[in-house]
Amino acid sequence: MGKRILGISSVVLMIVALYLIFVYAGVDAAQGEPFRIFYFHVPVLLLSYLSAILLGSACIMFLYNAEAKWDRAGAVAAELGLVFGGTGLISGMMWAKPIWGKYWVWWDVRLNLQLILVLTFAAYLMLRAYLPNQEKRATLSCVFGLLALVNVPFNWLAIYFVPTLQHPKPVVSPGGGGTDPDMAIAFTCSLIAWCLTYSYLFSTRLAVAQVEQEVEYLEQVVRAS
Amino acid sequence: MKSISSLFFKDIVVEWRNKEAVSSMFMFGVLTLVIFSYAFDPSGTDRSLLTPGILWISFTFAGIIGLNRSLAMEIDNECIQGLLLAPLSRGELYLGKVASNFAFMMIAELLMMPPFVVLNNLTFSFQIIEIIGVAVLGTLGFVSVGTILSMISAHTRMKEVILAVLQIPLTIPVILTSVAATGQILANETEGISYALMMLAGFSIVYLTASYLLFEYVVED
Amino acid sequence: MTALALQADDIRKTFGTFTALAGVTLQVQRGEFLALFGRNGAGKTTFLKIAATLMRATHGKLQIEGLNIEESAEQIRRKIGFLSHNTYIYRDLSPTENLRFFGALYGVRDIEERIPGLLERVGLRRRSNDPVRSFSRGLHQRIGIARAFLHNPSLILLDEPYTGLDANAVQMLDELLDESVRAGNTVILTTHDINQGLRAATRAAIIDRGKLVFSSNAGDSAVRDAYSEYVRSGATR
Repeated sequence: MGKRILGISSVVLMIVALYLIFVYAGVDAAQGEPFRIFYFHVPVLLLSYLSAILLGSACIMFLYNAEAKWDRAGAVAAELGLVFGGTGLISGMMWAKPIWGKYWVWWDVRLNLQLILVLTFAAYLMLRAYLPNQEKRATLSCVFGLLALVNVPFNWLAIYFVPTLQHPKPVVSPGGGGTDPDMAIAFTCSLIAWCLTYSYLFSTRLAVAQVEQEVEYLEQVVRAS
Repeated sequence: MKSISSLFFKDIVVEWRNKEAVSSMFMFGVLTLVIFSYAFDPSGTDRSLLTPGILWISFTFAGIIGLNRSLAMEIDNECIQGLLLAPLSRGELYLGKVASNFAFMMIAELLMMPPFVVLNNLTFSFQIIEIIGVAVLGTLGFVSVGTILSMISAHTRMKEVILAVLQIPLTIPVILTSVAATGQILANETEGISYALMMLAGFSIVYLTASYLLFEYVVED
Repeated sequence: MTALALQADDIRKTFGTFTALAGVTLQVQRGEFLALFGRNGAGKTTFLKIAATLMRATHGKLQIEGLNIEESAEQIRRKIGFLSHNTYIYRDLSPTENLRFFGALYGVRDIEERIPGLLERVGLRRRSNDPVRSFSRGLHQRIGIARAFLHNPSLILLDEPYTGLDANAVQMLDELLDESVRAGNTVILTTHDINQGLRAATRAAIIDRGKLVFSSNAGDSAVRDAYSEYVRSGATR
């Protein structure tokens, strides 16, 4: 029931957000039409960071009390992180092409952190895919998750300050949210819509993951007898 | 402490007998050096910017080969179980393996330096010593992560592939920083290089500690 | 000092859905020689591995010579000699080097004096400096035996140790085991062969599908009956 409300409200709010983005908010003075990607790109990116936090927390909790639900939550967070992070990267490239003239810029801090984050999610999921035993899968991917969590500050340090050794100051992503109140409303609405969508996807996927695990269990029972 | 040194010397003796790890790492590393040298036009003037990158790519690939070899030795005959039976803490086991992985990777890197210098028309000067200094810190970071990841990948079907998939994202900070520092040395602009060295040292300390604590979860059957 | 070499209370082990041990409760006194019988997959190896600290039980308490396995694993490992069908020996080292290495890990004093004697006992004196890679299966097993006894363990766990051994080696192992028991150490041995198992055993037990289904003194005639019954029930399943 709660999931249904979540699902419906996210669809509704998405439609509202689309209206606000394309009709209500004005055209950006500096960047023109391509700026509208901002309303999509930033929430999606923020949610991929949220996924990383959720994954890290799930791994810590699993280490603490080894309950399967934390393992499932971590796996779902990684999947959503991969999808949202990948979408964020692609939308970022779509934004960068008209604004900067190129798809990708090295030594942009956020772009690179994003790329590494997506690669880490992918590595986590690939590890899980090759561990058929449920307990081993949970333990080993938890350890990897923790090692990856510890990696984040070093990535930030390396990407942020290393370029200053060889190149001029790091380029910052096309930013600016505009101080125009119309844009702020559109952005807020979009952000909330995306958060609701994420929550809906997360809870649904989590429920599916639980069923998947039960099916796996039953398959093994059948095979054993 | 004694157990760690026993483990380390055992690995040295085994390697001395079969010379598999260092030779395969060296061969693979040199081949990578050569391929990249050809891929990036040898006569191009921008080569100097690529040189540190080429060096560290070769080190990375050679390092992954070395980690796989080290792992294979313990899986052969289930020797790791023999180590698990001994009155040795799992953390000490980890440190022993880190020590030997580090030693083999450093030896391979030292052997790769002369071909590197020659193929890139550098000079055998003090610069090379400085580059090796950076390599020491970078290698330590690399194997501190790699040793525990190789133990994780040992439980999977496609061990070598999974190790590479897990290792590369996590060692990006090390590679980036080492490449930048090496580039600085080659360009004779070593201002601020201490930041790079501190970061590499910090990385090693953090990962040695984290892996030491987490290793017991990774070795059990 | 407790008289019990091993005390297992309701030891359970599950691998996902598969239950390897469904609650094994067992007490073994010091100086006993327990022969543990059971089919493949009955849980013998799993139980021994848990006792040897190679695996953790999913549930239950285990104490080795009064020490709790959860808390004092490292101390316990010093007291245990474990032998399985895999010898855990490094193929690129010689028997002497292997024993020297394991001796260093176990902190065995006077290791250099012990090694030649031990290799002599297992019949490997002449090949003590050849790399193990060149050895046959039976010779491998002999070094495994030497490794298991190297540090004078007070609890010896053997998982089907007679597989791959020739008649000489079987005799050699039996002598080592007898000596060990005479010295007050405890032996737990798993095997398929009832005669081999009962040769020197003081107690016998049968594990089936993760549970202890029979236990008595080895001299008891009931042992052979119970074993035949067990084998027969398996054949018709």
